[in-house]
Amino acid sequence: MSNLCVFHDSRVAPACESVRRFLAAPFAGVFATIALLLLTSSAPGSDKPGKPTEKPPARSSKADKVLRSGETHRSADPVVALINQQIRQAWQENQIVASPVADDEEWLRRVSLDLHGHIPFWKEIDRFRKDKNPNKRAALVDKMLDDPAFVRNWTTLWTNLTIGRQTPRQVSRAGIQKFFRESFAQNRPWNEIVYDLVSAEGRSDENGAVNFLLAQMSTRDEMVLATAKTTRLFMGVQLQCAQCHNHPFDPWKQAQFWELNSFLRQTRPIEHRTLNRATGQRMTDYTELVRTDFSGPVYYEKRSGEMQVAYPIFFDKKIDPGSSVDRRKELARLMTSGDRPYIAQAMINRTWGHFFGYGFSNPVDDIGARHPPSHPELLERLSQEFVKNHFDVKQLIRWICTSDAYQLTSRTTIKNAKDDPAMGHAPLFSRVYPKPMEAEQLYDSLLIATDVEHTVHADWTARQKQRDEWLQQFIFAFGTDENDEASTFNGTIPQALLMMNGQLIEKATGGESGSFLHKVLDSESTEIQKIQRLYLASLSRHPHGRELGAAEHLIELYPDKLPGYQDLFWALLNSNEFIINH
Amino acid sequence: MQIRVPSGMSRRHFLNHALSSAAAVPALEFLMHLEANAATVRKNQKACILLWLGGGPPSIDMWDLKPGSKNGGEFKPIRTTGGYEICELLPKTAKIANNLSIVRSMSTREADHGRGRYYLHTAYIPNPTVVHPSFGSVVSHELGPKRPWLEIPAFVSIGGTSEGPGFLGMANAPFVVDAGGKIRNAEMDKMDGDRFHNRLSMLEVVETGFINSKRGEAPQAHADVYKKAVNLMTSKQMSAFRLQDEKPEVCAAYGNNNFGRGLLMARRLVEIGVPFVEVTMDGWDLHQQVFNGLKTRLLPNLDQGFSSLVSDLSARGMLEHTVVICMGEFGRTPNINANVGRDHWAQSWSVVMGGGGLKGGRVIGGTDKDGVAVEGKSYLPGDLWATVASALGIPLATVHTSKLGRPMKIANGGTPIQELTT
Repeated sequence: MSNLCVFHDSRVAPACESVRRFLAAPFAGVFATIALLLLTSSAPGSDKPGKPTEKPPARSSKADKVLRSGETHRSADPVVALINQQIRQAWQENQIVASPVADDEEWLRRVSLDLHGHIPFWKEIDRFRKDKNPNKRAALVDKMLDDPAFVRNWTTLWTNLTIGRQTPRQVSRAGIQKFFRESFAQNRPWNEIVYDLVSAEGRSDENGAVNFLLAQMSTRDEMVLATAKTTRLFMGVQLQCAQCHNHPFDPWKQAQFWELNSFLRQTRPIEHRTLNRATGQRMTDYTELVRTDFSGPVYYEKRSGEMQVAYPIFFDKKIDPGSSVDRRKELARLMTSGDRPYIAQAMINRTWGHFFGYGFSNPVDDIGARHPPSHPELLERLSQEFVKNHFDVKQLIRWICTSDAYQLTSRTTIKNAKDDPAMGHAPLFSRVYPKPMEAEQLYDSLLIATDVEHTVHADWTARQKQRDEWLQQFIFAFGTDENDEASTFNGTIPQALLMMNGQLIEKATGGESGSFLHKVLDSESTEIQKIQRLYLASLSRHPHGRELGAAEHLIELYPDKLPGYQDLFWALLNSNEFIINH
Repeated sequence: MQIRVPSGMSRRHFLNHALSSAAAVPALEFLMHLEANAATVRKNQKACILLWLGGGPPSIDMWDLKPGSKNGGEFKPIRTTGGYEICELLPKTAKIANNLSIVRSMSTREADHGRGRYYLHTAYIPNPTVVHPSFGSVVSHELGPKRPWLEIPAFVSIGGTSEGPGFLGMANAPFVVDAGGKIRNAEMDKMDGDRFHNRLSMLEVVETGFINSKRGEAPQAHADVYKKAVNLMTSKQMSAFRLQDEKPEVCAAYGNNNFGRGLLMARRLVEIGVPFVEVTMDGWDLHQQVFNGLKTRLLPNLDQGFSSLVSDLSARGMLEHTVVICMGEFGRTPNINANVGRDHWAQSWSVVMGGGGLKGGRVIGGTDKDGVAVEGKSYLPGDLWATVASALGIPLATVHTSKLGRPMKIANGGTPIQELTT
């Protein structure tokens, strides 16, 4: 399984072939409308709910109706209507029919993982299902965006993206976490956040934004890594190959890499260290990122060995190369201004990919001729809208989460089986593609599944630290100048062993007094209700008939109650359904 | 061989239960077969050990020195038993060099770590529409099924993550372990066999439901990986990871460092029949102080580990069945930069290989006097892997099918390097 989560520096991810080839069929909309009608009458799936005490959840008829009637969208927001229209058009052009709308449980679990980084608390599931508000999904998205859990999740994502999971030397993880926490809590415009990250000066513990660049400066490489990372992360443009030669496929020239690089060269880290008397070692207290009076061009070598100069030029925009000009501020200004800056498109593509499993262009941070976007017009127009809406990140998320496509189930049907980006096709978003849980999502989901989140007043900072420590066991750093890292939390055997035998699951399924299982067993409910509660807590749904039978059988195997429930909970937490965000 | 029977349950007891369940532990007969046929069968199994020098080793300072050139660097060449010269800091390797050949004519075009790592491992340059398998995954896919008694993964990567299995699927993913040999969370000591069986039975019920829900391949891949993990946990072959079972002098010979330990573990894994083992040594991204870095740590550790591995394989009669290949994602610039370092360089560099019936003591191709270009025929990663494939008896006509249905030739259609095979 490749690295599906786009909030990673994906090294190689399956992606779209030339969209032209795929979008070739010029069939009329009439045909597709008929196909749409056919789809909505098809059976939702093979699982039949068994003998739950409550009626099985009904699928949201509201959104079904939207698809059936073929109307553009009920949403008053013209941007959502635009998304719906564009996505639908590609379905029609490719003669596929979208999957049905996901039922409330499936949708709630997914949106919770995507927005809050963990599965929903079991009590919320039936509450949401029973909510009669026809706009309850949109209302929930609003509510979730105002929840501190959203801020925490977005902070985790962007901390990992900017400095990696392993904190490089001279970098304050807490510092950059604080920066993102405050930025996302206030919903600061994305261009302002980027401006700060690119231009920041000061102490790593006081001005957290400096840690982004500090993390790219662990080797003295004349800001080569910082240049590559800045363009790749914020602009969705991979220039690192252009460092040494003109790009063979993209229009990037070697000179451009060094021109951008020259903007970053007035930068120097100063490490402040004190002697720890106990250990006799000098420890880094904080690092300061300061401006130097570097002026003039930088020099680089062409393949021919010929030396070249590069002045600070941002795509045709020259700035004064004198030492009085703060080049990083100029770069930050140029990156974040204009009516169609790269940072808008890059943020749209990455955020879209976060929710759907694939961006319009994949890998999400390499948009260009080599990876043409699947929906170029939509990407372009969304970028314009994002800029018009003052780079409002929450608004962007609202657009995506209330679009028709995000409401769909992750199941495929016969009529959209060919929409499979894992096979290398351009994504058509006729279903939501499943994505493996990230290690952080697993950790936080287990806390939710076992009620820890709701019973203990958890100290977030301490918990964050605990989680970061736990994560270190999966991380492999390549130790190169690209600062890249890989994770063994990637669906291979070590992860299976961790899930089966690791401490985290052992703790989650422990039955000591006061534990989650203990409380479930102690509650005054029937056997079936207890089994249901474990299902809701882990898989966010009620058990099917066969599952209920198997669970009852399992519990009967033991004279005591606890072991059977432990085994059941163990099986649920170890299942593919638990670990795959669908 | 020390056999560790997990306390709390016996393996046989576990198997009796597990065999009737969905947790498909290989049948008992295979186990008996394994025990009966002793080590000789497995020793003759073909295998490949990849010594991966992550970051890009400066082969101009190691295998293709340029004394007298401005690019020559600090080190002097020495004679070897292979008839060619290598760096003076590799004296032990020089003594066993008759078993090894140097391909001095690699010319690859990817000089970015991620892309180079991908290219050298898969023989394909990165392509957005398909994820190619690491060659270890190819070997796992081709030779793994022919070794049904093998209970641990057919592709083990020690100290690094290698590249993934791509379109060959998670079942052929590298099993990534650290050189300590302790496989985390694999101890069966605490586990009660009956309970484990009950848990797996319930798990299967949930998993099957999700697999049938038509959500692509990931749900089935999850179930497959769990089967492999259960297999592994209950296997006696896990003892291959236990370096404590080796004599202290053997451990010392390989070197008291992670790379040495990884190579020793690789030999033990090959001994029990694992067809592909990759051992990573990181730290070769020598943009600064290249000579210092080589002198103080990198070359002494490589020299000791590499030479001990070859000698040990040879002494055990395993070298003729085991290909060893030593490389990184690219070489380093002939030009020495202002920080006394060398930068990324893919145009002209060297790879060392031998064993498995390949010819030793040969030099294939060469570079010009300053090391900046290959003179004559140059080679690609696909040619290296085609050479390995032919040594392992994997037919070069093998074609895999990508998920898009595109035929993919093994080793990207490369040609075995003739001077090594004949």
